[in-house]
Amino acid sequence: MDATTLQTIANQRRADAVTMIHRANTGHTGGSMSSLDILTTLYYAVLSVRPQEPHWPERDRFLLSKGHSVEGYLAVLADRGFFPKAELATFSMAGSRLIGHPNNQTPGVEVCTGALGHGLSVGVGMAIAAKRLQKSYRTFVLMGDGEQAEGSVWEAAMAGANYQLDNLYAIIDRNGLQISGATEDVMALEDFADKWRAFGWDVAEAAGNDPQSLLTYFETPRPAGKPHCLIARTIKGKGLPFAENRKDWHHKVPSAEQLLEAYAALGVKGVDWA
Amino acid sequence: MKTEAARMAFTRTLLALAREDQTIFATATDSRGSVTLNEFADALPAQFVECGIAEQNAIGIAAGLANAGIRPFVCGPACFFSMRSAEQVKVDIAYSHMNVKVIGVSGGVSYGALGMSHHATQDIALFRATPGLEIFIPADGPQTVALTKYLAKSSEPAYVRMGRGAVPNVYEEPAPFAPGKANKLREGSDAAIIACGEMVYHALKAAQALAEEGIAVSVYDMHTLRPLDEAAILEAAETGFVVTVEEHNIHGGLGGAVAEVLSQEKPTRMRILGLPDAKHFTGNSAEVFAHYGLTAEGIAQAVRKGR
Ligand SMILES: [Mg+2]
Repeated sequence: MDATTLQTIANQRRADAVTMIHRANTGHTGGSMSSLDILTTLYYAVLSVRPQEPHWPERDRFLLSKGHSVEGYLAVLADRGFFPKAELATFSMAGSRLIGHPNNQTPGVEVCTGALGHGLSVGVGMAIAAKRLQKSYRTFVLMGDGEQAEGSVWEAAMAGANYQLDNLYAIIDRNGLQISGATEDVMALEDFADKWRAFGWDVAEAAGNDPQSLLTYFETPRPAGKPHCLIARTIKGKGLPFAENRKDWHHKVPSAEQLLEAYAALGVKGVDWA
Repeated sequence: MKTEAARMAFTRTLLALAREDQTIFATATDSRGSVTLNEFADALPAQFVECGIAEQNAIGIAAGLANAGIRPFVCGPACFFSMRSAEQVKVDIAYSHMNVKVIGVSGGVSYGALGMSHHATQDIALFRATPGLEIFIPADGPQTVALTKYLAKSSEPAYVRMGRGAVPNVYEEPAPFAPGKANKLREGSDAAIIACGEMVYHALKAAQALAEEGIAVSVYDMHTLRPLDEAAILEAAETGFVVTVEEHNIHGGLGGAVAEVLSQEKPTRMRILGLPDAKHFTGNSAEVFAHYGLTAEGIAQAVRKGR
C-alpha cells in the first residue's frame, strides 16, 4: 500500500476516533491523533495478521503500551475487520468491551494495557518466545514519550538488548507533550536517542505523521542482533487544527462544532458507522 | 519424620515435568539459587529465562511468553513478586488472563532476621483482592509436588507462596490435593482449626496435645485461598469455635477469608492467629513463630481459651 493511500486511511481513522470521543464524551484525543499514522502504517502495510483469525500463531504481535490512545487503535482494528465497525458506537458505553484502554476481550488485542511502562516487557517476552519456538513473527510495541519515565521501560530495554531481540521493535510516539506539559519540562528525556543507543538498541528516527517516512523505515533492513527502537517524531493532536500541539487536548473532548471542523480539516465527510 | 523444603519439592517436580513438555518454562530474577532452579537452568537452558533483578519486567516477560503458548513459572522471592511487581501481576496476568504461575518462594517470615523488607506477610491479602488469580499455600513437600503437577496442566493464572526452609511432612507422597478443596486432616467436634502452609503441621500438633486433654478438634488444611472452600469453612463452624492460623498478617489473609464467609453465612466465634499489625519481631522463623504464638502450644492455648 502506498503512502498516499495510508494517509487517507489514517485521516478516516482520525475521524472515527474523534467521533467516538465526542459521542462517549470521554477519551484521549491528543495521543490518538499523534499515533494514527503509525498505527495505520503498521496495520495496513507492515503487520502480518489475520483479522478473521486473531489468534493465528504466526501473527505479528502488536502492543499499544500507551493504552490511552485506544480510540485510534480500536478504529484501526475495526476497519481491518477484527470486529464489526458498528461496535465503535459502543465505545465507553456501559458494559462495552471497547473501553478507555485496550482490553483483550476485544479481538486483536493481545493483553490489557493502560498502566504505563508494561508493554515493552510483555513484548520482550513475545520476542523471546519467537526465538525459543523458532517462529518468524515480529513484535511491535508502541509507547508514549511521557511513558518513558516509567522505570520498567528501561528494565525491558536492558532485557531486549541482553537477549539480542532483533525481532522486536519499540516505537515511541515522540510528540513532546504529556498531560502536564512538555516532556522536557516534566521529566526531560533528551538526549533521548542516545539513551536507547546506550541501552544497546538499534535506534532510528522517522517523521511519525508521515506514512512515507514510516514505510521507508519498515522496508529497510535493520541490523541483526539488536532490538530496534524507532523514535517517531509526531504532533500531538495531529490533524485537528484546534488541538495540534496543545497539552490541554490530552483528554479534552471535541464539541459538535469541533467535530465538523475536524472532518473538514481531515478531508472526510464523516464516519460510516454512527 | 521426613522433612523437605517446598521450593525443592517444587523445582524437582517442575524439572521432571519440563523435561517431558517443552512449553513449560521457568524464569528467575537472579534468584535461581534461592529458588533452587540451578539444575533446571543447566538442564533445560532453552526453557529457562533469566530476567535479572527486575520483578516487574519478569512478570511482563512471562505474560508475553504465555501469549505464544508457553506456560511460564515465574520464580523468585514472594516479598518482591507480591509488592514490587504487584501491578504487573494485576494487569498483565490477572486482568489479561494470561497463563502464568507466579511462584513466590521464601514467603511469610522465611527470611526471618533479614527483616520486614524481606517478609511476605501481606501477599495473600493483596492477591485475594485481585480478581483472576488462583492462590495456593502448600503445607509441605508432598503437597507441593501434587500442586505443581496441577499447575502444569491448569490454564488459570495463579500465585503460589511457599517457604524457604525444610518443613516436616504432613503428607506422604502422593499427597491428596484438589484445588479449591480443603483437606480435613482430623475430626473433632469441640473446635476447628483451619490452617495453611507450614502452620498446618503446628495445627496438627496442637490438636494432638488437646486430644490428650480430652478436647477433640477438627483440623483443616486450607491450601487454596482462591477458589475458597466455603463448604469446609461452614462445616468447621459446626463445632462452634474456629481458630485460623497463618504465616500472614492478621488482616486480609486466611483468617479474613474465613471471617468473611462465617460472618455472612453462619456467625461463629473465631480467633485469628497470625502476624500482628505491627513492626515484626525478628529472628529466625521458628523464633518469630514462638514470639507470636504461632506454635502448637500457642494454637492449643487459643483453643482452650476460646471454646
Ligand atoms: Mg506524549
